[in-house]
Amino acid sequence: MASLWEYANPVKFMRLSGWLMPVSALLAAGLIATGLVWGFFFTEADYRQGATVKIIFLHVPAALMAINAWAMMLIASLIWLVRRHHVSALAAKAAGPIGATMTLIALITGAIWGQPMWGTWWEWDPRLTSFLILFLFYLGYIALWSAIEDADTAADLTAILCLVGSVFAALSRYAALFWNQGLHQGASLSVAPGTRMDWAYKAPLYLCMAGFGLLFLALVLAGTRTEIRARRARALMTRERARA
Amino acid sequence: MPDLGPYAAEVTLAYAVSLGLIAALILWSWARARRVRRELAALETRTTRG
Amino acid sequence: MIALLIRDLRLAIRAGGGFGLGLGFFLILAVLVPLGVGPDTGTLALIAPGILWVGALLACLLSLDRLFALDHEDGSLDLLATSPIPLEGVVAVKALAHWLTTGLPLALAAPVLGILLNLPGPAFAPLVLSLLLGTPALSVIGAFGAALTVGLKRGGLLMSLLVLPLYVPTLVFGAQAVSRAAQGLDGSTALLLTAGITAGSAALLPFAAAFALRINLR
Repeated sequence: MASLWEYANPVKFMRLSGWLMPVSALLAAGLIATGLVWGFFFTEADYRQGATVKIIFLHVPAALMAINAWAMMLIASLIWLVRRHHVSALAAKAAGPIGATMTLIALITGAIWGQPMWGTWWEWDPRLTSFLILFLFYLGYIALWSAIEDADTAADLTAILCLVGSVFAALSRYAALFWNQGLHQGASLSVAPGTRMDWAYKAPLYLCMAGFGLLFLALVLAGTRTEIRARRARALMTRERARA
Repeated sequence: MPDLGPYAAEVTLAYAVSLGLIAALILWSWARARRVRRELAALETRTTRG
Repeated sequence: MIALLIRDLRLAIRAGGGFGLGLGFFLILAVLVPLGVGPDTGTLALIAPGILWVGALLACLLSLDRLFALDHEDGSLDLLATSPIPLEGVVAVKALAHWLTTGLPLALAAPVLGILLNLPGPAFAPLVLSLLLGTPALSVIGAFGAALTVGLKRGGLLMSLLVLPLYVPTLVFGAQAVSRAAQGLDGSTALLLTAGITAGSAALLPFAAAFALRINLR
């Protein structure tokens, strides 16, 4: 089995992603469609939360991907800083908007899910608050990429931002818990505690989680391909201008 | 349609917004890919002709 | 390094150096918030810790863009980068100078503003202590943000977007130390955590900031 590092080579990466991206896209579509249809139409409403529990099939996968996207960006940034593989830096860049969107979905579904319980459209629940802060970290990361013209400088600066940001994002998670403990005893966002989620819920949930994961993969591969092409386009443009 | 009970609006809203955002993400991704691919193709024909 | 510190301090205190600006801003905020929220002393007492902390945070943010930008413009940053002092030391010294002219005065002025905002009695000592412990972190984190954006022409707004989320842990623990004390609870855990974040940031972020500066000076 060839080493994974082979795909740091842009040509090899393009070849691999050329088929891997559509395959994962199709699988993702299938899994998400199955999971959502199953969860939406064929599960029972929770006796306490009513039909809103069905939001779990969107909220949990999105929240999971929001975190995993950032983790992937962190690893990709480290690989760029240490081994200078452009594919890695561009993959991190591509993951930014995808992760931000996942975070936004997690926020909105989380807020809507909580509305019947809390009576308001937003609650400063520690978990939702952490995701809101994470969303701000994503925005900063994306903004820094856009603000810097030189590609390698942008890659370096966004990589160090991702590193530092990861530490502070983790600290913020703990801070949000500290900040909202004891003072507000509102019900937190989860399936009713004590009820073991039985397979009627677990199966469509796992399908959706897998589907979202593959969706992320497909979108990151597509985005990285676009970034690689854009980089080549910029190089050609520079050469053209130099010759003129 | 399953009986969504008293929370029908909320559940529908959640699904609509989420799927809408995913659709928007896919569309944006695809539109950007198409634009860059065209740009690159144009540049490659120009620079290999000269 | 001491020479660098004194130079930066002198620059900040000179007219136009921004020394009084932070304090002025802090005062204005303490006047504007009651005007916006209403004069009810109960409400003000509740939100005073948060207002004071957010105010200190924003006042620190205001003077961050001059941290590296001025030196970068006239070329002295390049000189500093090639001097025998390691760039990490330069960052640390500049952050220290920033704190001495921003965070420290704010921490000392805060009790006066606390009176304006009806801060409950037991919270005054934790207020000063939390600001003294926490504002150095704001300076160091701010130095990192300034280093990231030093090459950009109008990087001020972007820098704020990058730095403010990084301020969240310090803000939360610092403000919690004060509000818990205000309610008669024990705020010492929050104080410890604030100090911990400052210590960690001061130890590690100069390296990250120096890295960013080197990238931008290439």
